[in-house]
Amino acid sequence: MKIEAGDLAVGFLMAVLGLIGLFLLSGAADIEMYVFGLALAGFAVVFVFGLLRGHFDRHEHPAPAGYSEAPVYNEAPVYNEAIVKKFVIASMFWGVVAFLVGVILAAQLAWPWFNLGYSFTNFGRLRPVHTSAAIFAFGGSALLGTSFHVVQRTCRARLFGGEALANFIFWGYQFFIVMAALSYVMGFSQGQEYAEPEWHLDLFLTLVWVLYAVVFLGTVVKRREPHIYVANWFFMAFILTIAVLHLGNNLAMPVSLFTAKSYNVAAGVQNAMIQWWYGHNAVGFFLTAGFLGMMYYFIPKAANRPVYSYRLSIVHFWSLVFMYIWAGPHHLHYTALPEWTQTLGMAFSIMLWMPSWGGMINGIMTLSGAWDRLRTDPGLRFSVTAVGFYGMATFEGPVMSIRTVNALSHYTDWGIGHVHSGALGWVAFITFGAFYYLVPVLWNREGLYSTRLAAWHYWIATLGIVFYITALWVAGITQGLMWRAYDSFGFLQYSFAESVNAMHPYYVIRLLGGLLFLSGMLLMVYNLIQTVRAPATERRTPNQAASAAAGA
Amino acid sequence: MNLKRHEVIERSAFLLVILTLITIAIGGIVEVIPLFTIETTVEHVTGVRPWSPLEARGRDIYVREGCYTCHSQMIRALRDEVERYGHYSIAAESMYDHPFQWGSRRIGPDLARVGGKYSNDWHYAHLNDPRAVVPESLMPSYAFLARTPLDTDDVVARLKAQRAVGVPYKDEDLANALLDLRTQADPAADNAALLKRYPKAATVLGDGRAATELDALVAYLQALGTMVNFADPANEKPRQ
Repeated sequence: MKIEAGDLAVGFLMAVLGLIGLFLLSGAADIEMYVFGLALAGFAVVFVFGLLRGHFDRHEHPAPAGYSEAPVYNEAPVYNEAIVKKFVIASMFWGVVAFLVGVILAAQLAWPWFNLGYSFTNFGRLRPVHTSAAIFAFGGSALLGTSFHVVQRTCRARLFGGEALANFIFWGYQFFIVMAALSYVMGFSQGQEYAEPEWHLDLFLTLVWVLYAVVFLGTVVKRREPHIYVANWFFMAFILTIAVLHLGNNLAMPVSLFTAKSYNVAAGVQNAMIQWWYGHNAVGFFLTAGFLGMMYYFIPKAANRPVYSYRLSIVHFWSLVFMYIWAGPHHLHYTALPEWTQTLGMAFSIMLWMPSWGGMINGIMTLSGAWDRLRTDPGLRFSVTAVGFYGMATFEGPVMSIRTVNALSHYTDWGIGHVHSGALGWVAFITFGAFYYLVPVLWNREGLYSTRLAAWHYWIATLGIVFYITALWVAGITQGLMWRAYDSFGFLQYSFAESVNAMHPYYVIRLLGGLLFLSGMLLMVYNLIQTVRAPATERRTPNQAASAAAGA
Repeated sequence: MNLKRHEVIERSAFLLVILTLITIAIGGIVEVIPLFTIETTVEHVTGVRPWSPLEARGRDIYVREGCYTCHSQMIRALRDEVERYGHYSIAAESMYDHPFQWGSRRIGPDLARVGGKYSNDWHYAHLNDPRAVVPESLMPSYAFLARTPLDTDDVVARLKAQRAVGVPYKDEDLANALLDLRTQADPAADNAALLKRYPKAATVLGDGRAATELDALVAYLQALGTMVNFADPANEKPRQ
């Protein structure tokens, strides 16, 4: 019985990973290395079992005759949709986790009692769990899944590299997320925002990410369309740039091979610049470019209209990827970072407003002639509102990057509010819109289980965002003004503790906003589960067509 | 713009990848590389020294507990900040910080110059139960640090790793690391040698037996922002 080359290669990779796991386990000098080594070895073993099961399944149920990768231009290819489904499910799961941990953190800031007094329940250790779960687990799974969907459809090619490799990318990515979250609560952190995982996890993620890039680019290369569709440019820029940023920012010296603790290679001011080059472009390329890729596919699809302007797409793409990279220093105004760097960062941040709005216009105007669909399609409503929030956040960002505005806004809750208008309004909403469209397509269902429920989700979530960001606007500006207020004698008017005290009502409103957003998410999960549980329709996707042809 | 020319790029995955990589490289190169080559980026001042072994372990705990998620260590050059927290932070003060801990949010106050501002007693009481000392505080309790003995097995390995990335610990510092660590956590010990190696190192309230994680953290906090004497005219010139 023939063993597939892909299975063999991934099986070999698992053997190597398993041995590395056992090696780390054998010498582990701290709890994190011990857990990681054990988990890595276990992961490899379980994955090999999965490979074997897949192998024998295929042997007993051979592939349908329509299963062909021959480069026939007009023949519908058979896509790997199973991998997209897995990422959609993972993204929904992590969304609930991320929002739940966010709600817990909000409660801790409103009532510190919620810290419970344990090391592993304290704000400082849970905060990276929230940010990683939201950005990398929820957002990342959504991006990997939709990029695999989009690249196959727009290139009319099955995913490059075979099933085993795609499955490793999925499970490897999930493994990274779980291990990272576990390491934070156990007290292992590099101490750099959004780059908290220690060196061993960084290396593992590098492996997964490089393979992801190979699969994505390989699919683009073997495409049956002459052009590479615009959504893929953005996905590609996202994949490449995140690889560069990840490697650049995580260069570190471990205490020993068997110790999870490491010290970053750069120090002080250089470390600060590299971290915010990374940090701001995690926003620019993970949370923006990647999700713009989503926008450029799902909005035209759901609206059944072509992208508004091809020319604008080109200008939007190149100006966005060029300018974003420069914006990092606006996180370091008035600090010990040299002023020339701050000024450069500010100038490019302001210029960035234009390409951002170019993208927003391109997304929104795609609905020209299809606006009536907003009344009937709550998924599209999410997508369009997302682009609206994108426009708002990308206007607010340049304003906050102006040094004199930043003098007030930096270090305050305004920043947190800004991030959430982007993360909830843009990232989460564009994902929700994409998934409301995608789930019936992937599972071959007539439509959503309930559009009414989706509409409820829309309004609850929107209200949640409005509560959240308005509370933190007021909170942030209040803090900034209290910190710089002088009394009539020329002394600082407020102690720091007074400014903390003044935050309480806003923190309670923020918690309420978060609860609303989480409730909306739960409605969505229920709605999607019911959609999947509904009977399949007769409508045939290419995959079903191929199976039917084989059965005949 | 000639859209025909762009078609060449759209039809070639190779071109698209290469051009994207070039486009994203420019900004990073222009902003990052000069910070390593322009000498005035970190202006020389007297007084900045590597963290003592106990302070360095305290710093590890500071990073581990994610203190940077609520506290900044960067006083900006703004009037109210200088009046509230002290002299604005200069680059040299974090030149041995791997990683830097400037932070991005002040849920609690800035800590860049918290060293020496409060007594040891205050810090122990505050970390144990923040609201007993500051009723408005939102800080979690760190009482568990007082119950956790400090792991000193790999203190030398940790200092060596920091030396490998550029912190100038001397062989003598490494040889005496454990002794220095114990001395700094023991008010009864003779700290002359410690102070010679690490000027101004503040002794904390350990009981002379095993140091706790709380001792290490307080030692670190008490050292923050104390190294540079800004009244010294030698430190005035380069910052004009």
